[in-house]
Amino acid sequence: MKRPDTQSVILVGVGGQGTILASKVLTTGLIDAGYDVKMSEVHGMSQRGGSVTTQVRYGQKVWSPLIGQGEADVLVSFETMEAMRCLPFLKPGGKVIVNTYRMPPLPVLSGECEYPDGIVDELKKRADTLAIDAVKIASDLGMPRGMNVVLLGALISAIGVDGADWTQALRGCVKPKFFEDNLRCLEAGLNLAAAKA
Amino acid sequence: MTKQLMSGNEAVARGAWEAGVAFASAYPGTPSTEILENVGTYKEIVAEWAPNEKVAMEAAIGASMGGVRSMAAMKHVGLNVAADPIFTFAYMGVSGGMVFVTADDPGMHSSQNEQDNRNYAPFIKIPMLEPSDSQEAKDMFRDAFDLSERFDTPVMFRMTTRVCHSKSLVEPGERYPFAAIPYVKNRAKFDDVPIAAKRNRLKMPERDRRLLALSNDCKYNRAEYSGSRKVGIVTSGVSYQYAKEVFGDAVSYLKLGLTNPLPIDLIREFRARVETMYVIEELDPYMENQIKAAGIDCIGKEKIPAIDELNPNIIRKALLGEEARGVQGDPKLVVPRPPALCAGCPHRGFFYEAAKRKDTVIVGDIGCYALSGNEPLNAKDLANCMGSAFSVGHGLSKAFALSGQDKTVVACMGDSTFFHTGINALEEVIYNDSHLICCVLDNRITGMTGHQENPGTGYTLKGEPATIMDVGTIVRALGLERVRTVNPLHLDEMKKALDWAYTEVREGPVVLITRWPCVLKRLSAEDRREFRMTPAQCTIDRKKCIGCKKCLSTGCPALSFDTCERKAAIDPMQCVGCTVCAQVCPQQAIVKGAKKA
Ligand code: SF4
Ligand code: SF4
Ligand code: SF4
Repeated sequence: MKRPDTQSVILVGVGGQGTILASKVLTTGLIDAGYDVKMSEVHGMSQRGGSVTTQVRYGQKVWSPLIGQGEADVLVSFETMEAMRCLPFLKPGGKVIVNTYRMPPLPVLSGECEYPDGIVDELKKRADTLAIDAVKIASDLGMPRGMNVVLLGALISAIGVDGADWTQALRGCVKPKFFEDNLRCLEAGLNLAAAKA
Repeated sequence: MTKQLMSGNEAVARGAWEAGVAFASAYPGTPSTEILENVGTYKEIVAEWAPNEKVAMEAAIGASMGGVRSMAAMKHVGLNVAADPIFTFAYMGVSGGMVFVTADDPGMHSSQNEQDNRNYAPFIKIPMLEPSDSQEAKDMFRDAFDLSERFDTPVMFRMTTRVCHSKSLVEPGERYPFAAIPYVKNRAKFDDVPIAAKRNRLKMPERDRRLLALSNDCKYNRAEYSGSRKVGIVTSGVSYQYAKEVFGDAVSYLKLGLTNPLPIDLIREFRARVETMYVIEELDPYMENQIKAAGIDCIGKEKIPAIDELNPNIIRKALLGEEARGVQGDPKLVVPRPPALCAGCPHRGFFYEAAKRKDTVIVGDIGCYALSGNEPLNAKDLANCMGSAFSVGHGLSKAFALSGQDKTVVACMGDSTFFHTGINALEEVIYNDSHLICCVLDNRITGMTGHQENPGTGYTLKGEPATIMDVGTIVRALGLERVRTVNPLHLDEMKKALDWAYTEVREGPVVLITRWPCVLKRLSAEDRREFRMTPAQCTIDRKKCIGCKKCLSTGCPALSFDTCERKAAIDPMQCVGCTVCAQVCPQQAIVKGAKKA
């Protein structure tokens, strides 16, 4: 008996990729637009290179801060393989936004196993998937670290929130010095998803 | 003021400020760490890191006796450490209100067990509050001080990871101007000799009765009847949110916030009005057992699991038989991403050398170095709880000696852990003379929980300068002269120090201190003077590299192996130029010098 108006977004990445900043801008914009918002960070021990998941839920009234498998409307992955790890959280018919950037985990670095190939194809087969080379887009805009904001832009355009001022939300979350660069990343993300839609 | 998105921990800090709290103390531990970090941002509150939870609790007790409102915060296992003083303080009651937080970790996201600390409340015989979200965390925490003073009792505030770390909207309020209660000597209350304790003990049943009356009639315990009375759910904490998520307004709820004493009359009344009653609670059947013992029938752990964190899906499956299935993909396309010691972590050199030793058992402790058991370092054998390495190692080495097992025991813990309770364990080792190599891995900070200051770092929680306690000096003051300090990034030095320790340990206990700052630490002026680091990186000469993979055995995440070309590589984004890998390379293929990117 899930309230139809509550939307759930999962953001996943590897420690240090800026998922937290992206979630912060997202929640700020949603709150300003008048939604009830709950956000939960789910991660294991000490974050020394492990995967980090943030769940953001918004709607008229949000109860649980946590969702289970098969309940996310949108999955945004800041790293390619992490999208596969989190796929069971996506509800059938949900959307995936995936960064084509790879961060090999320890067993791959040590040559114990290979970084799996064909992830994006698999994702496309299973769900409505938008694959983005966010590092390239952000680098072209002169700010390689802004890939998180590019992905955020794509997410925002995918969920289509009315009445939110994202420029303002971004301004409140980043240092003034980096605002202009971040804004360009955000706009690139917004346009990208809109173009493919 | 407008609503703000706050984590439960931030909300507790705000609640403390609004309640007029003047003194707060804690030892960091996930998921409770951010409570004190946030309390520390309010200038009106004296906020301190204590060396351990018992000390934090005792300091808060003292502040309460001194007439101000005070608090202590800890993770669930911290209450085990702090249990001693609070049991007795529960007899005495308070002067200024006193509330302590225990943050449980269902699912063990970052803990060694998932004990359900609600069981402590009836054991200590004090009221317990359980918030469901950030707004409640703030309001309840503020109100807990009134409760504490009204009923002359410390109050237990029980949170869980999901309440601590999830964010929801909170409406901030004003600070209550709490005037300190002047101190008056009162031995009958605060001097816990048996005669006073016995009198205090006799007063407690009356307090329990008054609390029970409150529990049956207070705003934090409320029934929400819906149109349908077919199903009623008794629930508390974050489980309430999960239950609402699944059933919405289709069922009736009894939402409990004051859960010790449990409002049995209220529950009985609720039971009479619904056809079937479920108890939805995370972990132990804490409420269910008491409800059933009162002869009220309900369904609880027959359906809801007693292990691991709950979520709406688990409840949906348990009570409705509906199983949500997400999108499934090819499992071959995912490989594990285990956490690892950071690139350039000072612990790496120590573990690399220690793991090579034959007939050695390495006893670990609670901190980043817990990761040393994983491949490829494969160093640690075992660990129990915070500050236990030396005492566990002590017993282990005694057992080996007694049973003729020829093994050397190397026990290690961090600097913060040493100050926590490791210092007591070292007393045991020295006094009872075991042949144990005790290593203090001093990275100059509390690394695991996110870089909190401790008695060894020279700064307080508020960032003010403090007396630096030197581990080596302390060890010598305890009467042990076999102590050496080494730089763990110099493998030769590390190896020689271990050789020395392995020889000396035949005579008795040895202490080795590895001293180098955590790579993520913001260096203080003292650090910059002591630790000279050239900001450069290492690179691999691909012509010299023979692909032997020896460097990879250090487990540094900046190193990778190119399986096609069969050569190692270093990621310039991560490498800090610690040179541990270079010292391991048999071909001298790794050189330091590249400018830091
Ligand atoms: S945080 Fe510091 S101590 Fe912990 S693994 Fe990283 S470098 Fe090592
Ligand atoms: S240890 Fe030296 S030779 Fe061996 S793989 Fe590493 S860099 Fe190459
Ligand atoms: S020098 Fe080697 S061990 Fe040290 S951080 Fe760089 S790659 Fe890692």
